[in-house]
Amino acid sequence: MKNLKILAGSVMLAVASSAAVQAGELTIATVNNGHMITMQGLTSHFEAANPGVTVNWVTLEEGTLRQRVTTDIATKGGQFDVMTIGMYEAPMWGAKGWLNELDFDASYDVDDLLPAMRGGLSHDGKLYAAPFYGESSMIMYRKDLLDAAGMSMPDNPTWGHVQDAAAAMTGDGVYGICLRGKPGWGDNMAFLTTMANSFGAKWFDEDWRPALDSAAWNHAVTFYVDLLTKYGPPGSSGNSFNEILALINEGKCGMWIDATIAASFVSDPSQSKVANVIAYAQSPVAVTSRGANWLWAWALAVPAGTAQADDAEKFVQWATSKDYINLVGNEIGWGNVPTGTRSSTYDNYNFLAAANFAEAEMKAILSANPSNSTQDPTPYQGVQFAAIPEFQAIGAAVGQQMSAALAGKISVEEALANSQNIADREMKKAGYY
Amino acid sequence: MIIGYRNMKRIQHQSTVLACYVLAAIFFFPIFWMVLTSLKTELQAISVPPLFFFEPTLENFSIVQERSDYYHYAINSIITSFGATLLALVIAIPSAYSMAFFPGRFTKDILLGMLSTKMLPAVGVLMPIYLISQWMGLLDTRIVLVFIFAMMNLPIIMWLLFSYFKEIPRAILEAGRMDGANTMNELRHIVLPLSWGGVASAGLLSIVLCWNEAFWSINLTAGDAGTLTALVASYASPEGLFWSKLSAVSTLACAPIVVFGWFCQKQLVQGLTFGAVK
Amino acid sequence: MKFSFAKLLQAPSIILLLLWMIVPLSMTLYFSFMRYNLLYPERTGFDGLLNYNFFLTDPALYDSIVNSLTLVGSIIVISVVFGLSIALLLQNAFRGRGIVRVMLISPFFIMPTVNALLWKNMFMNPVYGLFAFISGIFGWPVIDWMADFPLLSIIIMLSWQWTPFALLIFMTSLQSMDKEQVEAAEIEGAGFWSKFYYLTLPHLSRAIAVVVMIQAIFHLSIFAEIFVTTGGGPGYMSTNTTFLIFSQALLQFDVGVASAGGVFAIVVANIIAFFLIKTVAKGMAK
Repeated sequence: MKNLKILAGSVMLAVASSAAVQAGELTIATVNNGHMITMQGLTSHFEAANPGVTVNWVTLEEGTLRQRVTTDIATKGGQFDVMTIGMYEAPMWGAKGWLNELDFDASYDVDDLLPAMRGGLSHDGKLYAAPFYGESSMIMYRKDLLDAAGMSMPDNPTWGHVQDAAAAMTGDGVYGICLRGKPGWGDNMAFLTTMANSFGAKWFDEDWRPALDSAAWNHAVTFYVDLLTKYGPPGSSGNSFNEILALINEGKCGMWIDATIAASFVSDPSQSKVANVIAYAQSPVAVTSRGANWLWAWALAVPAGTAQADDAEKFVQWATSKDYINLVGNEIGWGNVPTGTRSSTYDNYNFLAAANFAEAEMKAILSANPSNSTQDPTPYQGVQFAAIPEFQAIGAAVGQQMSAALAGKISVEEALANSQNIADREMKKAGYY
Repeated sequence: MIIGYRNMKRIQHQSTVLACYVLAAIFFFPIFWMVLTSLKTELQAISVPPLFFFEPTLENFSIVQERSDYYHYAINSIITSFGATLLALVIAIPSAYSMAFFPGRFTKDILLGMLSTKMLPAVGVLMPIYLISQWMGLLDTRIVLVFIFAMMNLPIIMWLLFSYFKEIPRAILEAGRMDGANTMNELRHIVLPLSWGGVASAGLLSIVLCWNEAFWSINLTAGDAGTLTALVASYASPEGLFWSKLSAVSTLACAPIVVFGWFCQKQLVQGLTFGAVK
Repeated sequence: MKFSFAKLLQAPSIILLLLWMIVPLSMTLYFSFMRYNLLYPERTGFDGLLNYNFFLTDPALYDSIVNSLTLVGSIIVISVVFGLSIALLLQNAFRGRGIVRVMLISPFFIMPTVNALLWKNMFMNPVYGLFAFISGIFGWPVIDWMADFPLLSIIIMLSWQWTPFALLIFMTSLQSMDKEQVEAAEIEGAGFWSKFYYLTLPHLSRAIAVVVMIQAIFHLSIFAEIFVTTGGGPGYMSTNTTFLIFSQALLQFDVGVASAGGVFAIVVANIIAFFLIKTVAKGMAK
């Protein structure tokens, strides 16, 4: 009994001694991507250059991260001094005044930032988040298989050509094309939105009414379901980025259309069996190239009202500067630098030499424009999403419908009708019309 | 009969034992596979067909060590799990004792009422709890986790203890009372020792549930009070293969609790001899 | 008086749990009638029943209720039946019983999200999963678990994780069975099934009731496994009420609708608990 009392006492003491936040300690919320991990590893350089400031990293899974930082910033929780957010949140939060405007000095060279990146993270001309790395989408294909089939891939193929190529490459344990199918607004819907854009479709018309029952959406989704059913791997309706990465690295996919960052993984011999035979092309188009490839950036922002605003801004400046890119290049390797943010990266000889996907990636990023991503004029920003708060829920529900259509549970017509209904409900409730 | 009674009994016994071994292997297999995966490279982890024989590597474990402060999270896990369980037991034992041996009209309703605190799904109540914790300045502290975990598990511990206490034969208690034991003594010297297996299993369950509790520990902490579940969750990468690393960090996260469970299981099945009444 | 002191011992637990229940519950009830979206902090005000209307007219509602009930029912049946059978098998001592016990309980020690990821990718993936590999060896058709049997996949994952829970409780409960009674019955010539039906089952009735009640409440709020594996799909095939609350309310930070969903979940849980009390747990407080 006495031992139990001692045990209880010490546990209580341990519980009560929670560490207080030190002054000069920055808490940074981030997602677990390769570039972020590299940044965590290089933090000591920042701390050395800024004595008195220590960095405390909080790594979260993407959905959870979004949830936590949004809750924190909306309730003014003050838990984080620097937040990693995406192109979805930045303009919205900037407009609400939840983020500090980022005003860096001349050495930062803010004009070096790629215009689409800078624009996608600003509101009213003011920069609210600094891009850490950016990505678009492109085709990654097995050149060896395509050559063996006697075909080639132009730099700007059409969907028809992609279908022919997929047919030619399917067989012998290889699936001609692998595409995302797992339900999620940033999962299958990110890809499907760009595909639909290229078929001339859009999410909302100029009065904010959902346009999911259009012929363009029907064409796009029917094509998608058809393509994957004939030439895609089984289990596609549950496949996200990582599942397909596993497949293609094992040599099971002939083609993959996904984030440009995938290129750095598939071309890495330590984790890919097909590292040397992958080539790249721009995303396919059907009737228009607008919005055919997406644009996404993970960016660092400083919530308004944080106690350590100056130090936080210093960190953001450090992590997104040219010096940082050089640091990564020299310390880790030029194939691992965070890309897609600055023009100077693409002029850097070292980077171009180390990464054979650099040119394709740059082309893709430069051609994406969140303000002009559909054939018809639309009221929303964003290529593979609509930067409105309701989009997450709408995208999630529509994603479930698309996944059902892919799995053959319902017809494409039914899926789109359901989706239209869901979107309509949400928009009405939110008061758009 | 050609097969004698003794032989039949022996065959029955042997087949029972065999069945147990097979079942144990089946149940344990996924964990075995996870540990195996933690020793593979990412490329080996996804190979087709799945690899049973390969050259093992410890690189994943060293990556985990480098990237995150395992010990910090482990200590938080230990403190919150044990703290919450202790708190819950201290409250629950007297309560369950009272309900089991001095039942009233409302005992069943009280028990049901306790279970109803678990009926509100955590996702529905996330905002209110987050706001309250923020208002009290308790975000990212171990105290708030200990309290929430204790409250979460209190109904379960109450139900389990109530059930185990009820199994103690009245005869023993009456014998004790006749010898002059009062309530506290009765609780300490008779009830607890006799139901120690039950208390231990309720405690173990609570510790495991707290150890694996991911929802609150991810949503209410930001690095200071993060537990191992938050550490494991941080390895799920949206873009990039992570299965062998995840398996490695997962192995490190459940190793302590499995070892603990192994030591406890002896406690759980302490032999009870109610024949002592005579 | 000794009697009332004993009753007083119940007070701390009752008071604390009452607080724990009342505070979040009243906040949830309050928010469910308000317009409160984190992303539109300027839009506040009494909303009446609009949140409830929105939640209850969701096209996925019916499916989510059916799925919730299916999940709860299946997992309970599987874990109780298996847990009981294995506990009975483990009753008599044999060599290595200790290790076998730990191996059998071990699935409960794994984190639910890891469990889900492991099953989805390492076992159930139709291309590089272990099940596909085994099917290939035996010439069986490869099953696309997540697409064709999403709910069943989740049931399998969770039954694997929760059977040890039931097993642990039954094992502990069996320890306190009166061995003399059993021996007496055997001498009288009672076979396995008579012993089981007339001795073991009554003794375990309370433990079974506890397991059923606890698991029912737990499984009604399954969320992490669905989120990580199927994302509620395809369609609504693996969406349960908790996931619905998440995807339709929490994802867009609508606290009002999330609270309305929470209240709905409580109502459903209470109905189920009431039904379970009448059937399984009637003898609990005897």
